[in-house]
Amino acid sequence: MQASQKLWRFRGVSSTALFAFVYLYLPIVVLVALSFNANRIATLWTGFSLDWYLKVMDNENILRATRNSLIIACGATALSTVFATMAALAMSGRRFRGMAAINAMLGLPLLVPEIVTAVASLLFFLALGMELGLVTVLIAHTVFCIPFAYLPIRARLEGLDPRLAEAAADLYAGPFATFRRVTLPLILPGILSGAMLAFIVSLDDFVITFFVAGAGATTLPVYIFGLIRMGITPEVNAVSALLLLVSMAFVALSYWLGKRQS
Amino acid sequence: MSDIRTRLRQSMLLAPTTLTLLVFMLLPMVLMAWMSVLAPDTYGGVRWKEWSLDAYVQFLYERDLDDSLTLNSDYLAIFGRSFLLAGFATVVTLLIGFPTALYIALKDEKTRQRLILLVSIPFWTNLLVRTYAWILLLRNGGLIDSALSVLGLSQGELDVLYTPTAVAIGFVYSFLPFMILPIYASLEKLDWRLVEAAFDLGANRWQALRRVILPLAMPGIAAGCLMVFIPAIGSYYIPELLGGGKSLMIGNLVQNQFGTARNWPFGAALSFMLLALVMVSLWIYTARFKRPPGE
Repeated sequence: MQASQKLWRFRGVSSTALFAFVYLYLPIVVLVALSFNANRIATLWTGFSLDWYLKVMDNENILRATRNSLIIACGATALSTVFATMAALAMSGRRFRGMAAINAMLGLPLLVPEIVTAVASLLFFLALGMELGLVTVLIAHTVFCIPFAYLPIRARLEGLDPRLAEAAADLYAGPFATFRRVTLPLILPGILSGAMLAFIVSLDDFVITFFVAGAGATTLPVYIFGLIRMGITPEVNAVSALLLLVSMAFVALSYWLGKRQS
Repeated sequence: MSDIRTRLRQSMLLAPTTLTLLVFMLLPMVLMAWMSVLAPDTYGGVRWKEWSLDAYVQFLYERDLDDSLTLNSDYLAIFGRSFLLAGFATVVTLLIGFPTALYIALKDEKTRQRLILLVSIPFWTNLLVRTYAWILLLRNGGLIDSALSVLGLSQGELDVLYTPTAVAIGFVYSFLPFMILPIYASLEKLDWRLVEAAFDLGANRWQALRRVILPLAMPGIAAGCLMVFIPAIGSYYIPELLGGGKSLMIGNLVQNQFGTARNWPFGAALSFMLLALVMVSLWIYTARFKRPPGE
């Protein structure tokens, strides 16, 4: 494209873009920087220190919340990725009646405001007499992780040459053998990136977890929320920075995986 | 025969997802709508056999001791404020997001990919933590406050945190990637030869932008607006953390019904009304652009 041509330079576009990137990253940079601050007063820089990270590693409650977060994220990722892979395979097959309805339903968790989903799930679990805890959180997370896992897998299947599976069938491979030896290896990058996205959204979720967790299943974001409401401390900075860096690493990894394969 | 087997395999593959979504997403919504027309129990919960429209009446009227109703605009004001703040955030993110998406779309392939990754990273990182970062920046004695007073630009304290302004800043910050990404997606698919043709026919930059680029980017712009407006209007923790008591929004009001207020039917009615609001805007979008957002 003739981006170099003068005609294509719209006034104010590059300065707005610069502003947008600074705006997006300044708070993140400030938060991470302050988490290495030696001072007890969380917003005044005095010197570099890893103390707060050590304190975080020592905090029983944070460790328990982290463990809950990881258990739920792993469980929800596994369930939603398997379900989503199966659904994506079916949806890329022959067209059938009700396909549009299923598509709409798959979009539902993405479009309905989180607070509505949270309230509906809470009322549902309470009406069933279920005790709020890890199980209810796991169910709620699996629900909203499904579309995130589904989309990359579906996209990957879309780009797949259907003649490959036909060739396998011509060579007497049964449906299962075709799937295991031909389709699965080809869509594996999609499955991996779907699983990673599911893992991140589960790990990061606050609102829905906050409603359906009950006392026993506090996850890391819910615990952080409680800490923030009590006040700003360097420990909050450190644990927040950690959570931020973990999800950033996952996004970058998922991006890299997707790029390497395409 | 094999036709039936294909169908059977398809439905078996779909079963786990469809059942999960039906039972744990749709059914709870139906239950929520139902509970909104039941009478509340004293300590939370509902009276299952007692129908009541009180939750919806309560939204507009206050019931006095003698059972007479007087108009009460408190809840309406909260809905209005949520609408205004979410609308304001949508407009501002559009004003920042469109030029940014255009800037990215006009770069070469490699730079485009890098910049999109830069926009996507905040999109996927923890919003709660990113909101918290703004407390560090905005509070009195915080970074912006100190910077302004060092530069001699402010008298006294900043006093922005715990105001609607702080909520608006938080919204724009949190949802900016939600605006940039769909607009970029539609600009990326745009046939730039059309813009070139406009230039060749003597259009100036402004005309090319207004008459060619903007109309072609419209689906992306509308999708971006929805993706900012919907989470903003239902937001809970951004007004909770940045807004303080004076910027209560729908989300806080809803949460309150399951916390201190213990009025489940009212909470259900409020989130049902929020859902209806969102569904109407989605319906307008699909009617206008003939496709679901995000495609």
